[in-house]
Amino acid sequence: MKAVCYMGVHKMKVETVPDPTILNPRDAIVKITSTCICGSDLHLYNGLIPTMEQGDIMGHEFMGEVVEVGAGIKSDKLKVGDRVVVPFTIACGNCFFCKRQLWACCNNSNPNYWIAEQMMGYSPSGLFGYTHMLGGYAGGQAQYARVPFADVGPIKVPEGIPDEKLVFLSDIYPTGYFGAVNADIEPGDTVAVWGCGPVAQFAIRSAFMLGAERVIAIDRFDYRLRMAEAGGAETINYEEVDDVVQTLKEMTGNIGPDRCIDAVGMEAHDHGVMYMIDKAKQMARLETDRPIALRQAIQACRKGGTVSVPGVYAGFDDKIPMGAFMNKGLTMKTGQTPMMRYMKPLLEKVESGEFDPSFVMSHRVPIYQAPQMYKTFCDKQDNCTKVVMDPWADGAMAA
Amino acid sequence: MAETPRTQFETAGHGRPRSWTPQQWGALIGGGALAIYGITRRSPLGIALAAGGGTLALLGARRKPSENNTATTSLLINTTPQEAYRFWRDFQNLPRFMNRLQNVTVLDNRRSRWTAAGPGGKPVTWEAEITEERENEMIAWRSLPGSDIEVDGRVEFQQAPAGRGTLIKVRLQFAPPFGTSGTIAKFLNKGASFVLRQDMRRLEALMEAGEIPTTAGQPHGRRDLVTGLMRAADPTRPLPRGTNLTDALAAGRRSA
Repeated sequence: MKAVCYMGVHKMKVETVPDPTILNPRDAIVKITSTCICGSDLHLYNGLIPTMEQGDIMGHEFMGEVVEVGAGIKSDKLKVGDRVVVPFTIACGNCFFCKRQLWACCNNSNPNYWIAEQMMGYSPSGLFGYTHMLGGYAGGQAQYARVPFADVGPIKVPEGIPDEKLVFLSDIYPTGYFGAVNADIEPGDTVAVWGCGPVAQFAIRSAFMLGAERVIAIDRFDYRLRMAEAGGAETINYEEVDDVVQTLKEMTGNIGPDRCIDAVGMEAHDHGVMYMIDKAKQMARLETDRPIALRQAIQACRKGGTVSVPGVYAGFDDKIPMGAFMNKGLTMKTGQTPMMRYMKPLLEKVESGEFDPSFVMSHRVPIYQAPQMYKTFCDKQDNCTKVVMDPWADGAMAA
Repeated sequence: MAETPRTQFETAGHGRPRSWTPQQWGALIGGGALAIYGITRRSPLGIALAAGGGTLALLGARRKPSENNTATTSLLINTTPQEAYRFWRDFQNLPRFMNRLQNVTVLDNRRSRWTAAGPGGKPVTWEAEITEERENEMIAWRSLPGSDIEVDGRVEFQQAPAGRGTLIKVRLQFAPPFGTSGTIAKFLNKGASFVLRQDMRRLEALMEAGEIPTTAGQPHGRRDLVTGLMRAADPTRPLPRGTNLTDALAAGRRSA
């Protein structure tokens, strides 16, 4: 089959690899109909998260049709022919964490848990198409994927709704929603959202769903800020203001935003000296992340407020303003999304027509264009917000 | 029982003579020599060599020998003490999650024959007998005289509070230390408890999820040498039989 492989920093390649097979009783094989490039794939593309290896198959946002199930899958859970969206986290469904609905913390789905345990104390769940520290599972930017514990994760979706309205249920739509849920939004709240990428776009709209009065979105790309405005947000272009924290203060009558959502993560941009220092330290591997958005979120948040972090962080960060965090009595909530908690209710919103997530999609291309699309998405060219790929479109057929 | 005296659990790791292993002597002598050579060079490279050699010597000298012979760990598993006890009591289940064990044959209600991958993948065999057991609570066993190695084991099953499942506590004691893969684990400063903990994590997956997560056999694009090296250095995998370095690297790349 054709698969997008990581062949080194800034080197993605569409390779011909063997088809996946059932390896464990609770596996299923899914024939993929749509697959996306996620912002978190760009951290891998830029070589900033350790334990990637040449030849790894990328991708954790995909959907398709079940073509084979293992002996351990009961037919009332999943059967051949089912149309499914596959969540990016892999969960066993029966450990301490899964029983407490913390599926993204599953204790049994990461075969390389010991590496994660060295770095984080404990291992989160395995992920598709990510680092070996998080399982090293072959991903979904391919024509087929093997899905472990397929009776827990994949959600069945009805025929008749096009892929682009459903495929974002695999990660970014629930992740944006979870970011807003974690912000503990109360009626009347002002919510500030750092970043206007796809996760942020869903967080903005989810914040309104959850009762926010105002949402202020912060980014530097006009086309992304316009998309945030279309969702009802006020916007700050941080390249046009001196100080984001001061601007937020002025916009909120010196109270500050009640809830702050960092939907940027480890590769934040800014102007000024601190940004240059972070960039240099990250290049020298003296810190893994550039936590600029997180620092601003902590500084800007009103006293007693909540900071929610759906943005991805990899390792170790410098100069987190812990004094501000402690003295202002803030709460921080974060985590990979417990997908199985949100996929069903969010699917219902799509089915009923209440919400259409397809607005984030800017590019729909055959999979053989993946290497260019990684570059386009990374460099924010061509007003790129979200790339959806078809693994079977012409040019990708020979496999 | 007339047999060679051996250290019991309760005293394991205490009161043993501090005899040094060849690895420790190697680290001390090699590291010391490197440090002295480095100091005499009076160049940046020399300083680096001296620092590296000195660290090696220090680490070698500081390692406590007793730690390598006793492994302990505890793990909370979402199952009942009854189920966990039943699973463990059938010793034939142990190779399913202890990846250095190749085979356990149950001889009668108390005795069993165990085979494990020893140094260089050479099989090591011993017979064990149960010395004490309380149903659904604990099992203790020891290897019989005339075995290749001495391995004593003890496992306890405790009901955890508030429906949290079962706390399983394991202690294994063995002499001499276990094989090539054990050496690699030691090299990475992991030790026997690390190896045992990996085994227990596989038991957890087996009991909770019904299977052990794996990626062995999944597709991938062209690998390079780095992957082979990483697989070969993985302290959770025992080296396959008759391994030399070239084979290990090649196997690592294939299984990746």
